[in-house]
This record gives sequence, C-alpha cells and structure tokens, in this order.
Amino acid sequence: MNIVETFKLTKKFNGLVAVNNVSLKIKEGEIFGLLGPNGAGKTTLISMLCTLLRPTSGTAKVNGFDIVKQQNEVRKSIGIVFQESSLDNRLTGRENLKMHAGLYGVPKNERKRRIDEVLKLVGLYERANELVKNYSGGMKRRLEIARGLIHYPKVLFLDEPTLGLDPQTREHIWEYIKKLAERERITILLTTHYMEEADALCDRVAIMDHGEIKVVDTPENLKNSLEGDAITLEVNNSKKFLERMRKIKSIKKIHAEENKISITVKNAEKLAPKILELARKNKILVNSISIRKPGLGDVFLHYTGREIGEEIGESKEMLKRRSRVL
Amino acid sequence: MSEIEGIYTIFLREIIRFWRDKSRLVSSLVQPLLFLIVFGGGFSFVRLGSINYQTFLFPGVVAISVVGISIASGVSVIWDREFGFLKEILVAPISRTSIFIGKALGGCATALVQGIIILSLSFIIGIPITLNSFVVSIFLMALISLGLVSVGLIIASLVETLESFGMIMNFIIFPLIFLSGAFFPLQEAPEWLRIISLVNPLTYGVEAIRYTIIGFSSIPFSLSLTIITAFSFATILLGGIAFSRQK
Repeated sequence: MNIVETFKLTKKFNGLVAVNNVSLKIKEGEIFGLLGPNGAGKTTLISMLCTLLRPTSGTAKVNGFDIVKQQNEVRKSIGIVFQESSLDNRLTGRENLKMHAGLYGVPKNERKRRIDEVLKLVGLYERANELVKNYSGGMKRRLEIARGLIHYPKVLFLDEPTLGLDPQTREHIWEYIKKLAERERITILLTTHYMEEADALCDRVAIMDHGEIKVVDTPENLKNSLEGDAITLEVNNSKKFLERMRKIKSIKKIHAEENKISITVKNAEKLAPKILELARKNKILVNSISIRKPGLGDVFLHYTGREIGEEIGESKEMLKRRSRVL
Repeated sequence: MSEIEGIYTIFLREIIRFWRDKSRLVSSLVQPLLFLIVFGGGFSFVRLGSINYQTFLFPGVVAISVVGISIASGVSVIWDREFGFLKEILVAPISRTSIFIGKALGGCATALVQGIIILSLSFIIGIPITLNSFVVSIFLMALISLGLVSVGLIIASLVETLESFGMIMNFIIFPLIFLSGAFFPLQEAPEWLRIISLVNPLTYGVEAIRYTIIGFSSIPFSLSLTIITAFSFATILLGGIAFSRQK
C-alpha cells in the first residue's frame, strides 16, 4: 500500500519553479530518502506534504488524506522534524513533549507512559527534566525525533536530520532512526544531501535536482545500474598497454589520458590481478593502481551531470523567505 | 474538544515561560510604580474638588499598568518565529484561531498578574477598595488587556523583526498611556486634548476603573464599559482573522 502518493505536485515562487511535476509513491513501512543538493526543492516538497505550503498545482495524499482538502487529518497522521530546531529552549525536554501531546490531543491517561517511551527510545529519559537550552545539538535533534513520534504518526518526515552535526553524533542519530523504524513500524520520509546517509538508512532513494525527481530505486540497484567499478592505472607506456588490454573481454569502457588509464569493469577485484599480470608480461611498468566501487555520488553524477557538492545559485535569504509561513 | 485542549496548551506555555522569567515581571512593574511615586508625590499639592491627586491618579495607573505588558506579549510570536517553535504550533492539528486565542489568553493572564499587584498597592497607599470593586476592577483590566494583547498579536503577525515590533510598540504605548485621562481629569482638559483622548479606547478603560475604585469619572460607567467591550471584541476578531489569513 502507498502511504504517501503525489500527483504532479508543483510549487512555484514568483515564477521560479521549486518543485516540478513530482509524482512519487512511498510504500508503507519503508525508509524513503530524497537525495539532492541544497536548493533542489526537497524541503519545499516536504513542506507541501505536511500542509505548511499549498501546492501551485497537483496534489498529494498522505495516509489517504488530501493535503489541500483534509489538512487536519493529514496533520494528525504525520510527525515532522524540521531542518532547523523548533523546540522551546526555555522549557524542559519533558515539557516540550507534554506540549506536543496537548496540541495533538493524545489521551491524557496515555501521555505519561507514551512520553516516557519515546524519551527512552532516543536515550533522553535521564535528561528529560533539564531545560532544552542546555542540550547539545545531537540531544536536541533526538528530542525532536521523539516529539514527532508521540502522537503515533503513520509517517515521520525528517528534513536533513543530521545537518550540522558532527560525524559521530550523525551515526548515533542513524542508529536511533533505524531503531525507531523497527519498533514503531512507521514510514519515514527523509531528505538529505549526504550520500552516506541515504546509503546507510534508506530502503529506496529518489534523486532530486532542480525540483525534479530524476530516478527512484534502492541504493543497491542505483549503484548497480551504473556501468560498474572503476580501475585507474598509471603506467609508463599507455599506448602499448592500451592495445594489449583491448583484448580483455570483461572491460566495458577504457579511456586513456597521457599515462593514466581509466577502466570500467563489472568486477574490479577479479580483474586487477589479470591486468597486472598482463603488464608484467609486456614489460610495462605500473606505477599505481586504484579500485573504486561506485557510490551514490556517482549515481547522482550520472543522473544530474554534476557533483552534489555544487550548490544551485540561490541566496540564503530567498530560502529563508520561502520557509517563512507566518 | 481538541481545539480547547490546544488553546489550553498554548496558554499554559505562555504562563510557564512568564513564570520562569520573573525579571520581566519586576521590570515591567517599574513604570507604573514610577508614575505612582513621581506623579503622585510630585503633584500631591493638587486637589480635584474633594479628592487629592494621588487618589485620582491611582485607578488610572491601575488601568495603564496592563498596557505595556499586554501589547508586548505579541513579541512571543516573533520569538517563536525566530527560534522555529512557531512551525511546531503551525503544523499541529489545531486551527489558527485557536492558536490566537491561546496566545491572547496567555498574554492577558500575565498582564493581570501585574495589574493585580498594582491594584493591591491600594492598601498601602491608603485608598480603600471594597471586595466588590476589587473584583470588578480585575474584570475591567482583563477586558482592556485582551483588546491590547490582540493589538500586539496583530502587529506581530504583520512585522518580521523584533526591532520593528519594538518600534511600533513604543510608538503606540506612550500616546495610548498619556492620552488616556489617567493623569488628568478630562473635563478640565482643553478641548483639543479632550477630543484626542476620547478617540483613545484606553480612556474608557481608565474611566471605568476609576469609577469602580473611587466612584468618580468624567464618562458614564455604562458608556465606558460598552466601548471597551466593543473594542476588545473587535480586536480579538481582527486578530483571529489576521492569524488565519497568514500562510
């Protein structure tokens, strides 16, 4: 069953298309990732799905409810962790959660038990009575994840859940996300511009660029869909070596530039010894050899024609204005 | 049901935050106390018929003591926007109107705490108040406060930054206070000043409270009550609209 489904969802800001004709189907229970650079339209897409922004055209259904016509039902079905903190720093962790339970009408007799449960899930039970302003960045993010879960949502939206966190904290957050996906049997839709994050967490990934979805598949399939592994060699006589190597059938693509030879093959580990053997026989000196498995970065490059690190020209001010809702 | 619970939750948060930040209460008490001490003391030689100036001034200060804190409570919306918490409220399954009502009631309650403290000074200053007029005064302060809190919230929903909110607020508060008849009897004032004061809704609040506490006023109590009630309802309505229109 599809828990989130979008139909040609489009959002324009003063003529600028932020999300363009996006049609997505997200299955119940999966961790789905939207991978793309800053400014790709991920946050805008999520903002529409959680009813903070009204689509310019097209629509979407979340948990079977229309995001324009049934806003309240959609809101009850979802939990959200925004890119920027949305906690009240002057309240304690527990008070923040209590407020959330009140706003979402969680039955009074269930509240305490549920709040304790989510606090334990993110490992904040012992620190719950401290003011949030004394929390570290990682603790705040965990508290927000816990908060998003209190009202038993069907879908949890995580907008760049580890943005601005150090690598160690990031891995901790990943563990919590995996754990909660298991225990709460919830669908998670997360956005990220970190390849490793999408790779480590997501069952399926959609690559988004310039407001459009380029491709959707499992990280494995996406990586396998590329030609294969890359072997790079540095030799003293590339011309001669190139001729000899053309005879090896399992080489898919070969490309030489001065003394550097790049080869694309299906199984680099097995082929590398053969190549070195061939070089030795022909008395060609190999200075260096490297093998690289394709990552989601290569997938991104393949589908968008550029590296994910390259930002799209968009001022921070513009993003800020866009995210402003009241 | 869930709307009422949402209103209560937002209300409660304002109260908790106010309670944690007692310096705000102390500092906002300074202004009305100064008025009482400086004007009350400085003009103690003035007599208005049978009553001395301090007695005349006191109910006025009670009324205006809720003005600053009421309008300033709108600032919480700007803080919430700045720190991101507003999003948490906006995606919750409650209406914008409920958010507005929760904020307004919270602001009103905090203003009342201050108003009641000032009102209680009557026992120290030596202005006798019956229980009846004490309760009626609180009710009137609540009415004034609700209207002004709404004004603050409307401003907050229109401006972006803390700085512009502060500027607009100061621009409003001082004329409101000084042209309210809190410091001078309206019937003795020059005509132009009286006319300006009669346009100021706070004037009717001051007059109603003065009548309640010392039985003296330039405007009939029923008229004052009608006007401040109408003012509060109108601003609450406008505020509700302003909030629900925001997107």
